[in-house]
Amino acid sequence: MRFVRMPQYVLTGALALLFLFPLVWASYASVSPQPGTAQTSGWGFGNYETLADYQAGIGQYLLNSTLVSAMTVLFTLGVATFGGYAFAMFRFPGRNALFLVTLAILMVPYATLLIPLYVLLNELGLQNSLFGLALVLTMFQLPFAVFMMRISFEAIPRDLKESAEVDGCGSFRALTHILIPAVKPGLITVGLFAFLAAWNDFITPLVLISDSEKLPLPLAVANMRQQVMGIVDYGATEAGVVVLALPCIVLFLALQRHYVRGFMSGALKG
Amino acid sequence: MAVPAVAARPEAAKQTKRRRNSKKLAGWGYATPTAVFVLLFFVVPIIIVARMSVSDWGLFAGNRGWNAPANYEAVLDDRLLWPAVWFTLKYTVVTTVILLGLALGLALLVQESTRWTGFLRTSFLIPSALGLASASLLFYALYSPQSSPLGFFGPVSFLGTPGKALWSTVALIVWRFAGFYMLLLLVGLQSISADVYEAARLDGANRWQTFRYVTLPLLRSSLALCTILCVTGSLLAFDQFYILTKGGPDNSTITIVQLVYNMAFQGQNNLGRAAALSILVLVALLVLNALQFRGLRDKES
Repeated sequence: MRFVRMPQYVLTGALALLFLFPLVWASYASVSPQPGTAQTSGWGFGNYETLADYQAGIGQYLLNSTLVSAMTVLFTLGVATFGGYAFAMFRFPGRNALFLVTLAILMVPYATLLIPLYVLLNELGLQNSLFGLALVLTMFQLPFAVFMMRISFEAIPRDLKESAEVDGCGSFRALTHILIPAVKPGLITVGLFAFLAAWNDFITPLVLISDSEKLPLPLAVANMRQQVMGIVDYGATEAGVVVLALPCIVLFLALQRHYVRGFMSGALKG
Repeated sequence: MAVPAVAARPEAAKQTKRRRNSKKLAGWGYATPTAVFVLLFFVVPIIIVARMSVSDWGLFAGNRGWNAPANYEAVLDDRLLWPAVWFTLKYTVVTTVILLGLALGLALLVQESTRWTGFLRTSFLIPSALGLASASLLFYALYSPQSSPLGFFGPVSFLGTPGKALWSTVALIVWRFAGFYMLLLLVGLQSISADVYEAARLDGANRWQTFRYVTLPLLRSSLALCTILCVTGSLLAFDQFYILTKGGPDNSTITIVQLVYNMAFQGQNNLGRAAALSILVLVALLVLNALQFRGLRDKES
């Protein structure tokens, strides 16, 4: 079976390079000399300086994105941990209905919800606010997050659950002391996906945030392209892509082992 | 012995009942944050959007009273509607076929776990870490005649004609999502037990026959999940076209969601009309998903 392995390595290697090429190119192009950018001769960080000076400054946009992502991860983990615990371990009236309605969020297009949410957040005094944006992003995460936490709690070995009950501690102590450590892979998966979604979301802040000081990074980089007289500074765009992508790729690679495990444990349960 | 037991029974029953009630209460307690979020940011907005779709509701003017069914009529008369529907469907079919075909190929390629396939898996998966908007911005620079490294093919315009704009966007989406669908299919592939393959080998099946008659049927539920995700995602495409083509050239790449956005926030500033179109999209999506689920169940039984 395993003769003539060489061509296979070459072909699959070329395929891998094809997938890596755009990212490698963007990092390279962001620091290499290019006419029409801030970096016309020699290598350097001219494009990143353009980015740093764009309107409110990249620092502000990074801060906005970081705040929104942190709040979304926090809210999602909190709501989904309690929700998953309730759906997995308790029987209460309305349990199935609530779970189904939560999953139904997946069936409704973002655009359908964003139009009324734009009006609703105005009514609640949360228009143009990063807090309001994080609340909406949390809601979009709930179907995946609650589902994931439910199957994580259901997958806990029975004797661990029983030992928590025999110890006579209340359900809240059992959750915080015994059960949460057991669902760590699920929590990491949910947290990572909430971060990636919040950091990268485009259409939600496009609709809900109109104040240019409060834009998250993807919108700021996208807006930067329509700067002066329609001339696009591609160098600054490339630098923006690198800043946007770097934290995601680092987290993705660092946590790969964990979320693949989270996925697999869910898949095995069917 | 029996006497105290009988006497104790109502007491015990009361106690279990009390315990069951307190468990119910605790369950509701833990579910409350979920319920509040779902109610406030999902159920209430659905009610509002339904109300908006039958009202004269401007972006700045707010609600100016009922006008049913004027919004729906205006949507169906919009000259961009049917081109947008047609384009979105075409884009969905092209994307789904190419993306799932490639993802399946990649999943088969990296099925065994060796150090080399580990490297391949990671390479294919890395684009999935990027946001769709970041990936679109990256390809925006990659496709521009000014900065493109692909210039050695000659002066190519990637977004200049409607056809090129479609295929260039499909290439972006395939690059961004192939690894993600590969991972989903890989999970499915690994749940097929080695015994089944062993049996096929003993029966003298060749590689193609094994794939066609063993792998593919056993992979059906994973493939179905990928199809539903990919079709739904493509029908609701927005970011990639908003960033890459802005709907051009000549409005040829306007998707339905982009039309909703334009009606609400650009030019028309008519939230009522946008709400009407998004209700129609919601209904179409529900019908389509119901059909897909039914098709799935029929095949399985």
